[in-house]
Amino acid sequence: MNVTVALDAGEAPPSASEAGPAPKRTVIVYGFWIFLLSDIVMFSALFAAYAVLRHATAGGPTGAELINQGRVAIETACLLASSYTCGLMTLAVNSRSRLGTYIGALLTFALGAAFLALEIREFADMIAHGVSPQRSAFLSAFFTLVGCHGMHVAAGLIWLAVVMAQVARKGFRAPVLRRLQCFSLFWHALDIIWVGLLTVVYLMGVAS
Amino acid sequence: MTTESYNRAPGDRSILTDKEETTSSGVLIYSIGLLLALVLTAASFWVANTSLLWAPGIPLGLAVLAIAQMGVHVVFFLHITTGPDNANNVLALAFGVLIVTLVVAGSLVIMTNLNGSMMPPAEMMDMQMKY
Amino acid sequence: MNLLGKLSWSAIPFDQPIIMGAGAFMVLIIVAILSWVTLKGYLPYLWREWITSVDHKRVGVMYFLLALVMLLRGFADAIMMRAQQAVAAGSAEGYLPPEHFDQVFSAHGTIMIFFVAMPFVIGLMNFVLPLQLGVRDVAFPTLNSVSFWLTASGVLLINVSLVVGEFAKTGWIAYPPLSELQFSPGVGVDYYLWSLQISGVGTLLTGINFVTTILKLRAPGMGYMRMPVFCWTALAANLLIVAAFPVLTATFAMLLLDRYLDFHFFTVDGQGNAMMYVNLFWVWGHPEVYILILPAFGVFSEVVATFSGKPLFGYRSMVTATMAICVLSFLVWLHHFFTMGASADVNGFFGVMTMIIAVPTGVKIFNWLFTMYGGRVRFTVPVLWSLGFMVTFVIGGMTGVLMAVPPADFQLHNSLFLVAHFHNVIIGGVVFGVMAGYNYWFPKAFGFKLDERWGRASFWCWLVGFYVAFMPLYVLGLMGMTRRMQHYDNPAWQPWLVVAAIGALIILAGIVCQIVQLVVSIRDRELLRVSGDPWNGRTLEWSTASPPPAWNFAVLPDVAERDTYWFLKQRASAEQAQPVTQHQYEPIEMPKNSAVGVVNAFFAVVAGFALIWHIWWMAGLGLLGTFLTILVFAFRDEDEIQVSAAQVAQFDRIHEPEVAI
Repeated sequence: MNVTVALDAGEAPPSASEAGPAPKRTVIVYGFWIFLLSDIVMFSALFAAYAVLRHATAGGPTGAELINQGRVAIETACLLASSYTCGLMTLAVNSRSRLGTYIGALLTFALGAAFLALEIREFADMIAHGVSPQRSAFLSAFFTLVGCHGMHVAAGLIWLAVVMAQVARKGFRAPVLRRLQCFSLFWHALDIIWVGLLTVVYLMGVAS
Repeated sequence: MTTESYNRAPGDRSILTDKEETTSSGVLIYSIGLLLALVLTAASFWVANTSLLWAPGIPLGLAVLAIAQMGVHVVFFLHITTGPDNANNVLALAFGVLIVTLVVAGSLVIMTNLNGSMMPPAEMMDMQMKY
Repeated sequence: MNLLGKLSWSAIPFDQPIIMGAGAFMVLIIVAILSWVTLKGYLPYLWREWITSVDHKRVGVMYFLLALVMLLRGFADAIMMRAQQAVAAGSAEGYLPPEHFDQVFSAHGTIMIFFVAMPFVIGLMNFVLPLQLGVRDVAFPTLNSVSFWLTASGVLLINVSLVVGEFAKTGWIAYPPLSELQFSPGVGVDYYLWSLQISGVGTLLTGINFVTTILKLRAPGMGYMRMPVFCWTALAANLLIVAAFPVLTATFAMLLLDRYLDFHFFTVDGQGNAMMYVNLFWVWGHPEVYILILPAFGVFSEVVATFSGKPLFGYRSMVTATMAICVLSFLVWLHHFFTMGASADVNGFFGVMTMIIAVPTGVKIFNWLFTMYGGRVRFTVPVLWSLGFMVTFVIGGMTGVLMAVPPADFQLHNSLFLVAHFHNVIIGGVVFGVMAGYNYWFPKAFGFKLDERWGRASFWCWLVGFYVAFMPLYVLGLMGMTRRMQHYDNPAWQPWLVVAAIGALIILAGIVCQIVQLVVSIRDRELLRVSGDPWNGRTLEWSTASPPPAWNFAVLPDVAERDTYWFLKQRASAEQAQPVTQHQYEPIEMPKNSAVGVVNAFFAVVAGFALIWHIWWMAGLGLLGTFLTILVFAFRDEDEIQVSAAQVAQFDRIHEPEVAI
């Protein structure tokens, strides 16, 4: 983008909003930030539905009966650790270290996959025991809210794999760097949503 | 070229991402974040399970801990600060938080109110069995 | 297992002449156009310049065209309803059986809101925003194309529903339990849900695109308080899109889960809560109407200021009012279901908030009036639409405030009074605003004006037609007539409905006038040719040639004042000469065209159709196709093309006479 800015010598520098078009990296990552906020609003609608339906158990199992705190704690630890390794990966990207990037990505992927595996196991166990989303409105809401988060994690893992392929093929070119930044925003946001899920669905479910 | 000092991309630690700060300071920030998050998570599990706290206060305590941990993520992992170069990012986040609050709190208040106006199940059974 | 799911030949209603006629007509027109385009050899041009274009001006025009075409379909539904209600009194049954009438009013609402009003407004914003902001394109040009084609996918699906299968019979809001599988076992509700989910993704991406563009991509010197008011209203509207559409996505997802996987969010069984659908739907639904009206307000601000020859009165209060409406629109949604049984406190709170939100709108009306006061108003067609808006929208707004009083709403909810109110504000506000914007910016987009005479004729037909069609509905509502009635017993209602039907025919005349206007203007385009600045405009889009080059500006303007272009013209005439703009032409990098939008949309249609008819293998293929399309796109090596400095210079040289300064 070609810009000529008339800035006479001695003139006050333009204020923030007058500075002209932002650099491409800022524009793209900010756009992704707005998308993330819209995604969080979507989760909030599902949260609202869950909160409204949390007692609509239709004679079936309640939240307190379902929750295995040990498994939830491990899931939380996995996701939190994967956020940490994602941060380390970002540092490696900043230093343009390919090896560091791949290792960070691999750890993030492994921890995310572990989280997902545990969650799929949790769902499969529940359904095998007849505790399915078709049983009651509460369970429908539970499976949808937690499952939607899980689907986002799965999408993130696929995305991570694709971005690593791009790093391998193209190196640290500007578009690849932007996508890495967007991915790390996404991954951290997923952990933030998990904190909400953990608290509202699991811990409040146990405490009530 | 456009001045970059006003426009930090969300998630960047500072304007010039690769030169200004060292990797070790970065590792420190992420590690502190991890530690705080772990402490808050452990505290949440404790609060949910303990009998030492007044029961009706537990959900509030859990909510406070959750918000604190989300804050830790935002500051230490997402590097959102209150500097002028971050203003747009913070404003967007604030807007998002506002909408989330309105949707969740509004829906809860309204639905609780509406559910309260519904007939109790016992009376509904009566009505069904009359015919 | 049946390879084609629920799909079979019985899905096509061969025994229903009206549908078969309409369907055949539709297919005939599509085949005719496609044949003409192919035989004339226009396909490569269309593919290269329009279908794969990522230029915001092209995408904007395509959105607008889509909306115009769907206006015809939505309006056909309206004529059918008016005709049915005009005759179906007492012993007369009318010509439209209930199960068909129900689909007509559902399709009418869905099409008009999602596939006419939204594309109109998005099309205008698409075309105008980067030009007014003084930049070359939106933040995400390729995403823009993807958004458009996803909207087109929704359009295609809803049109297919006319001939293959059926549409929803639930009304455009699709409340459960009626929209649940138990009471709507057919494919109609699924067509509704999938078509809107797919186009909803496109709209959300547009919201993200425009918010980023307005906040991060403005010409140097264009601080927030130097932006045209249209950009402010576009910002507010797009913030609302980003905030509200995800809620609709989640709500429809929950209904889809109920229907496809036997979940219990809103069902009668399993302790589902149908009221929650109503609540969540309107959390989206109310901001949606502000998404529609705010850009229209922006159009009026531009039109009124330009044709009064004065700056807009009260810029700051306009901005404040706009952002106030943006926030307040999230605090009123319960007024759509006062009668659902909330307590007086809750109803009262939302009633008061609804009345409060009328205040910033009132501020805007006064600002427009004060802008015209003391100015030399030129009564062009856009100004006529603006004046018509001011009267009509105020009436509609007042009936809205009337219904904001919960006890009053208990009498009027779901009556024709309500129907009259929302048509009053949507037609008087959104449609009139879009028509004003259409007439105003058409010369910029195509290089020639629209015919004035036919423009005036269309305005008067719309204005008179609107009042004749909808004022009787207010009376009928007060007389107790409910909405969506296929047949009624009260003979006192019939005269009013006949008048309303006549009004619809007058509006039809207005639409015909608009079609004629377009044809005549294209035919006489050499006579109607204009320069870059046909209206003596105030904002930056008028500083370019008509139509602007792909890159909009050879050099991004340096903005020192609000109403930048007006200021530049004043300064140029004060300096008594063309300012010496010795442009140092440099090559410009523009985003490359891409087929990802249209290909992705194709797979979305495949997936959507397959999901509707339970053809699971096809749905899987469709989803895989969209994923692969995006993947292929992500790995492309070249994303920009370079326009040489010589090419830029040449364009400027050729168009120099057209550009005022």
